[in-house]
Amino acid sequence: MNAVPQEKRDDKRGSVSFEEVTKSFGAFTAIPGLSLEIAPGTLVTLLGPSGCGKTTTLRMLAGLEHPTKGRIRIGGKDVTALPANARDVSMVFQSYALFPHMTSLENVAYGLRSSGIKAKEARERAEEGLKLVGLGGMGARLPAELSGGQQQRVAVARALVLEPQVLLLDEPLSNLDARLRRRVRTEIREIQQRLGFTAVYVTHDQDEALAVSDQIIVMKEGRIAQQGTPRELYESPASAFIADFMGEANVVPCAVEEIAGGTAQMRIEGLVRRLPAPAGLKPGAAQLAIRPNAIALSPSAPEHAAFPGRIESAAYLGDHVEYEVATSAGRLFAVDSQTDSPLAPGEAVAVDLRPRGVALIPG
Amino acid sequence: MTLAPASGFAASANPPPPRRLDAALLLGLLAFLILPWHRIEGGFFGFRWLAGFPSDPDTAPGLLQILLHGRIWLLAPLLALAAAAWARFALKDPDARGRAWVRLGALGLALLTIQGFLIGFMGWSWLWLDGLFGELSQGQPAMGAGAVTAGAAFLLIFSFGLADRGVLRGDAFVISSIAFLAALVAIFVFYPVTRMLVGAFQDFDGSFTTAGFTRNMASSSIWSLGCVIGETRCGVAWRTLWLALMTATGATTLGLCFALLATRTRFPFKKGLRLLTILPIITPPFVVGLALVLLFGRSGVITQGLSSLFGVEPGRWLYGLTGVWIAQVLSFTPVAFLILIGVVEGVSPSMEEASQTLRADRWRTFAQVSLPLMKPGLANAFLISFIESMADFGNPLVLGGSHGVLSTEIFFAVVGASTDPSRAAVLAIILLGFTLTAFMAQRLWLGKKNFATVSGKGDPGQHAALPEGVRRLVYAVTIPWLLFTVTVYAMIFAGGFVKTWGLDHSLTFGHYLRAFGVSWGDQGILWTGVAWNSFWTTMKIALIAAPLTAAVGMLTAWLIVRQNFVGRGLFEFALMMSFAIPGTVIGVSYVMAFNMPPLEMTGSALILVMCFVFRNMPVGVRGGVAAMSQIDKSLDEASLTLRADSARTLRRVALPLLRPAITAALVYAFVRAITSISAVIFLVSAQYNMATAYIVGLVENGEYGVAIAYSSALIVVMAAIISGFQLLVGERRLRRENRVAATSADGKGAAA
Ligand SMILES: Nc1ncnc2c1ncn2[C@@H]1O[C@H](COP(=O)(O)OP(=O)(O)O)[C@@H](O)[C@H]1O
Ligand SMILES: [Mg+2]
Repeated sequence: MNAVPQEKRDDKRGSVSFEEVTKSFGAFTAIPGLSLEIAPGTLVTLLGPSGCGKTTTLRMLAGLEHPTKGRIRIGGKDVTALPANARDVSMVFQSYALFPHMTSLENVAYGLRSSGIKAKEARERAEEGLKLVGLGGMGARLPAELSGGQQQRVAVARALVLEPQVLLLDEPLSNLDARLRRRVRTEIREIQQRLGFTAVYVTHDQDEALAVSDQIIVMKEGRIAQQGTPRELYESPASAFIADFMGEANVVPCAVEEIAGGTAQMRIEGLVRRLPAPAGLKPGAAQLAIRPNAIALSPSAPEHAAFPGRIESAAYLGDHVEYEVATSAGRLFAVDSQTDSPLAPGEAVAVDLRPRGVALIPG
Repeated sequence: MTLAPASGFAASANPPPPRRLDAALLLGLLAFLILPWHRIEGGFFGFRWLAGFPSDPDTAPGLLQILLHGRIWLLAPLLALAAAAWARFALKDPDARGRAWVRLGALGLALLTIQGFLIGFMGWSWLWLDGLFGELSQGQPAMGAGAVTAGAAFLLIFSFGLADRGVLRGDAFVISSIAFLAALVAIFVFYPVTRMLVGAFQDFDGSFTTAGFTRNMASSSIWSLGCVIGETRCGVAWRTLWLALMTATGATTLGLCFALLATRTRFPFKKGLRLLTILPIITPPFVVGLALVLLFGRSGVITQGLSSLFGVEPGRWLYGLTGVWIAQVLSFTPVAFLILIGVVEGVSPSMEEASQTLRADRWRTFAQVSLPLMKPGLANAFLISFIESMADFGNPLVLGGSHGVLSTEIFFAVVGASTDPSRAAVLAIILLGFTLTAFMAQRLWLGKKNFATVSGKGDPGQHAALPEGVRRLVYAVTIPWLLFTVTVYAMIFAGGFVKTWGLDHSLTFGHYLRAFGVSWGDQGILWTGVAWNSFWTTMKIALIAAPLTAAVGMLTAWLIVRQNFVGRGLFEFALMMSFAIPGTVIGVSYVMAFNMPPLEMTGSALILVMCFVFRNMPVGVRGGVAAMSQIDKSLDEASLTLRADSARTLRRVALPLLRPAITAALVYAFVRAITSISAVIFLVSAQYNMATAYIVGLVENGEYGVAIAYSSALIVVMAAIISGFQLLVGERRLRRENRVAATSADGKGAAA
């Protein structure tokens, strides 16, 4: 298998598309008919709870699993039947999968050597690859002689030196501790933007997804629940599932009174607001997603546009206070950054909504 | 693979056929045009056949056989090959071509096999075919290099067809490996056993009859229960079963005692106990029996001693089931010990500590917690000793006297004065029935109950000490037995230096000189000793068989663990099952299967090598599977996504990580090839005689001195080889551990 020659970037290079891809394991269908498009040069995350089929999707893209039905294209070319070693993608494994009997340089050079590149050139390019991830001079170390973060970077370098059209990363940070995670994810994003390759990034952590992605694809039970930019997903979730998954949200029933010019008038208890109307919203019963920090609590008596509630519990957490509030719309979880005079449990409050952090959800 | 020019059409057009297709076709051509089709009488590698080549009817290649010698039936497979060649050039769509190749490959194999079975030396193999198709003017000898190569070519055609169709991710290497392994297992395990089963229903001339089967099956010499009623002896089937149950009970009990001794007491010689586990591997199976004869036989040291001191009449009690039983318990206790020590150590100390904190005393802890946790291990040890006892051939041969067991009865039904193939086949079927039942029980029943395994995580805490009574019992049982074992082995080594046991105890090197004498003649060293011939043959065959066994075993293990193919479970099960087939059964079935066309191998070195490879491979597979399961699958996958194909992945990633398992398989295969007797004794020939078969011959002639001298020399050689290997492997592991610190080969390395 030769390396793909450095041809002129045509506009398809680096694009990925799934056409009605189904994957079954025996009687169990993990992915029922998935279609998606990924634009060249973007970093797209597959986000979703454990077991929703992210890894399976990624492995089908890598050629480690083959779809039961459907087609997969990479760079416009149908690769459905191609084995993993003939595809122009490479992968960073969750466990890194560094070969323990090879030094980090040998690990990085492995793919180059497999592609038929001469030992000397492979070595030079591998050294460059290690430099790229900030590990120049560590080439002689065995994986076991590297820290977790360094191993992770070797794994990235090993995948990158092949200059693949698409780089696949399966939960690449899950074996790192919290502080390293933040740094490494920034590094990965930087390298991706510098070199401009397409990356498909699997994670179950919505913070990570929000931080690194151009596009996020949220999956649920093998289907796409919603696809969009981080902002779209956070600010206008299409379902209660998304709203809750992309950071905590209170999802409460509300009534849509009328829709006009892209906005809708909704009522919850005594409170009436005009909010952006998502596609598919119809007058009648709907749901409202309220971020915890979008709830304004005041000890005074209910004013014009607020409804009454009572504090059930309060927890002081240093820079903010968390409240559980019982209201007639249901129990609400609220966060208040004002910590000077916290409300006490049992206290009656007026519940108001701030303009940001509130979104209508159809159905 | 070079990339097509960047035109929109080239991308969607069919790719050129992979080059491997041409290689398969070339192999087919080689088979039909160049290699002698049939078996060469003097051996292929003698190359004396080149003299009459290619026109001679005995050495002509397939095509000339058809054109010149009227063996037109060979046209059928040749046409299948031609059709595959046509498909290679005419069909552009990989899928259509793949389908054609799958069918043609299967067809070619079928035709090749069918013609081989239907047409033997003298024409049609069955008379009714004469009536159907008319008499053939000539037959054909067994398959030779050409025919076998043609078979390989058809297998490749079949596999490459599947690869073209995208089966197993289109991985031609994996598919062909599976196809070849399946074919080899079919030829060397299933075919002989089937042939033997069929043999039970055949007359001397090969025609079908149930007479022999029913006569033997119903024979009172097999099934009589006379001993229960008390008049006569029981049938051989019951005797064997009884012996196996007794041996398994004895060996398991002793094995448990030794395991407890090694792990739960302050016994000072624990290292020495471990040595005990190597003994059965390097001791040829009949040697223990032989030593017992020298101790307790009519002229044995102890018998004679007792007789002269106390006037005890020398008896023949040793020659019979009792003697065999003692020998087997001696031989198989170490095996049980090996299994049980893992189990006893595997019982988590925290369980025992938990029990103690729950106010249980030591006895209660042992009886209610430790022992129940060991139960699956005990059952396992019992079943393995049971199977080993059933399969044992050497000890009953030396000690059984007229009270034979199944394995020896089979032997005498084949080589004895009254040859009766049907009886041999029936006895073999019964023996196989017993061992396979035990094997199934072990797999199905114990497979899921393995709750006393080591977790791999360091389990802190200490094993509870044994209750006082149990501890005394353990000492009381093990120490005498240990002394006994030491005596027996001392006997083996001393035996070779004594003139005639029981009669003349003067020391001598005579036996060794007779076995391993060397002198200098005109042409250099003359190997005058009687043992040299079989010794070198044994070494040579073991040296050929060991790497083959390890290679086939590792490849199989890799396929089983890493590849997900249809029938994988069945494949693995069949392989492991072949381990439960007693050697005697294998021997008989090889003789029945491979002494006439289409495959004739008896009397050759090849049949010995193949026998060893397929008898010892399961152990290599098991070791490989265990080792491979500890290596994270993502390492293989990473290699694949890094553009390496599966062959390269196997070579560069899997094999280096499997090195210890490979070495273990090599050593095991080598040593087993030297020590085994039960299958070998059927397969040796004057030209290729093996050490064990030769020693048994010496025993039968009453030449105990030379026999024991030869045996102890073998043991020493093997001990040297094993320790050599162990040093090598030990060193390598150290180096790796030095460099890799605490890597557990799971791809993560140690998070430092
Ligand atoms: N080889 C397999 N055989 C059977 N089921 C599988 C296999 N691989 C994954 N699955 C199932 O498919 C579903 C999706 O798995 P996966 O893609 O690993 O989820 P995740 O989103 O956590 O990465 C899960 O329910 C899992 O159990
Ligand atoms: Mg996953």
